[in-house]
Amino acid sequence: MRPRNMALMSDDDRALRPTATPGQRVDAIQAALDARGMAASEAVAQLSHLAQEEWVPRNGARVVARAWVDAEFRRRLLANGRDAVTELGIAMPPHHRHLVVLENTPGVQNVICCTLCSCTAFTVIGLPPDWYKDLEYRSRVVRESRTVLKEMGLDLAPDVEIRVWDTTADTRYMVLPERPAATAGWSEAELAGIVTRDSMIGVAKL
Amino acid sequence: MDGVHDMGGRQGFGRIRYTRDARAFHDDWEVRANSLYAFAVRRGIFNMDEYRHAIERMDPRHYIAASYYERSVTSLATLLVEKGVVTREELETRAQGQFPLAGPSAPGRSNVAQRSRFDIGDRVRVRVDYVPGHVRMPGYIRGKAGVVIGQSPPYPFPDAHAHALPAQDEPTYDVRFRSDELWPESSEVALVHAAVFESYLERA
Repeated sequence: MRPRNMALMSDDDRALRPTATPGQRVDAIQAALDARGMAASEAVAQLSHLAQEEWVPRNGARVVARAWVDAEFRRRLLANGRDAVTELGIAMPPHHRHLVVLENTPGVQNVICCTLCSCTAFTVIGLPPDWYKDLEYRSRVVRESRTVLKEMGLDLAPDVEIRVWDTTADTRYMVLPERPAATAGWSEAELAGIVTRDSMIGVAKL
Repeated sequence: MDGVHDMGGRQGFGRIRYTRDARAFHDDWEVRANSLYAFAVRRGIFNMDEYRHAIERMDPRHYIAASYYERSVTSLATLLVEKGVVTREELETRAQGQFPLAGPSAPGRSNVAQRSRFDIGDRVRVRVDYVPGHVRMPGYIRGKAGVVIGQSPPYPFPDAHAHALPAQDEPTYDVRFRSDELWPESSEVALVHAAVFESYLERA
C-alpha cells in the first residue's frame, strides 16, 4: 500500500519506489512553484517562447552575413562582439559580458566547446544540440580535434591550423565562417540564409 | 572539485553522435526544464555558478547516465530544496516517485590574495590548486603554461559565487595552450584555449 505521507517513509521505503521520469520531475517543480504563487507557468511560457523562437541561429547568421558585406562592421565585430551584435538588435544575457568572434581563414579553423558544462552564446547562435553537450564531444574535441572534426564530416587539410576554444568562464565565443566563393553578388539576406549553427560552432564549413 | 563533469581530455569515449543541424529540444519537458532554471536565476533564487556546481555535485553514475536537461532538472530541484523553497518530500509526492538530487557541497573559497594582472602576450602558468568546491579550471590545464591572448571584463569569482561567499570580481584571460604540452605525445596538434580566472594564474 502506498504511504500517504512521504515524510514518514523510511529510506528503505523510498528506495522501493521507482524513480520519477524527468517529465514528472519537471511537472512537480513547476506545480510546487505555482502553488507558492510564484507564477512559474507564466514565466515558463514566456521563456519557452524565447528559447524556441528568439534565441535561434538566425541571429548569428545575420551577424555573419553583415560581417561578410560590411568591412567596418566586421572590424567592430572582431574588436567587441557584444557591442556589434547589439547593433543588430541581438541581446545577450547580463552574465555574458564579453563575446569573442573567431574568424576562420583558409589556414585556420576555429571550433568552440564547453568541457565543464555546455555553455554557448545561445542568444546569438542558438541553444546547442545534444552532440555539443554529450560526453563524447566534451571529452574528445580538445584532445583529438582533427579526428573529431573528420568524424563530423569536416576533413581538414593537414596544414590547416585548428584552434579549439573551451568556454570555461562567462566569455562567449562564436565562429565567423569563411564566405563561400560561389556567393559573389548575393544580397545580405541571401547570405544569412546559408549560415548554419554548426558553422558558427566551427564543426562545419559552408 | 575534481568531478566527473570535468570531461576535457578524458579517453575512451566513442564517436560523436552528430547529425547536421540537430534540434536543441526533443520534448516539451526539456523546454520547460530549461525555462524553469532560467526563471529561478531571474528570480534570484540562485545564480549560474550555484546552478553549475549543483550539476557537478550529482552522483557520478547519475551524471554520466543523465541527459543534459535531466542534469538541469536535478540541479534546479537540489537548489530549490537547499534554499528552502520546496521540500524533497513535496517534490517526490508530486512527481509520484523518487526524485534524485545532487550531493552536498564542500566549502568554497575567495579570490587568491596574491594575484597579478596580465597583459596580452604574457606567458602564464595555471596554479596547481586542488579546490574542493566549485572551480572553473578544467583539470587538463592545471600546472600548464600558455600565453595570454585576450582579456574579459571582470566577472563574479565562481569559486566564491557558487558558495555565497564574498569575493571581488576578476577578469578572465583567454590563454592559448599547445595540445602537445597539455598531453605530451598523446594528442593531435592544435591550439587549445581556455578562459582562465586571474586567481588561477601565475606568471610563467
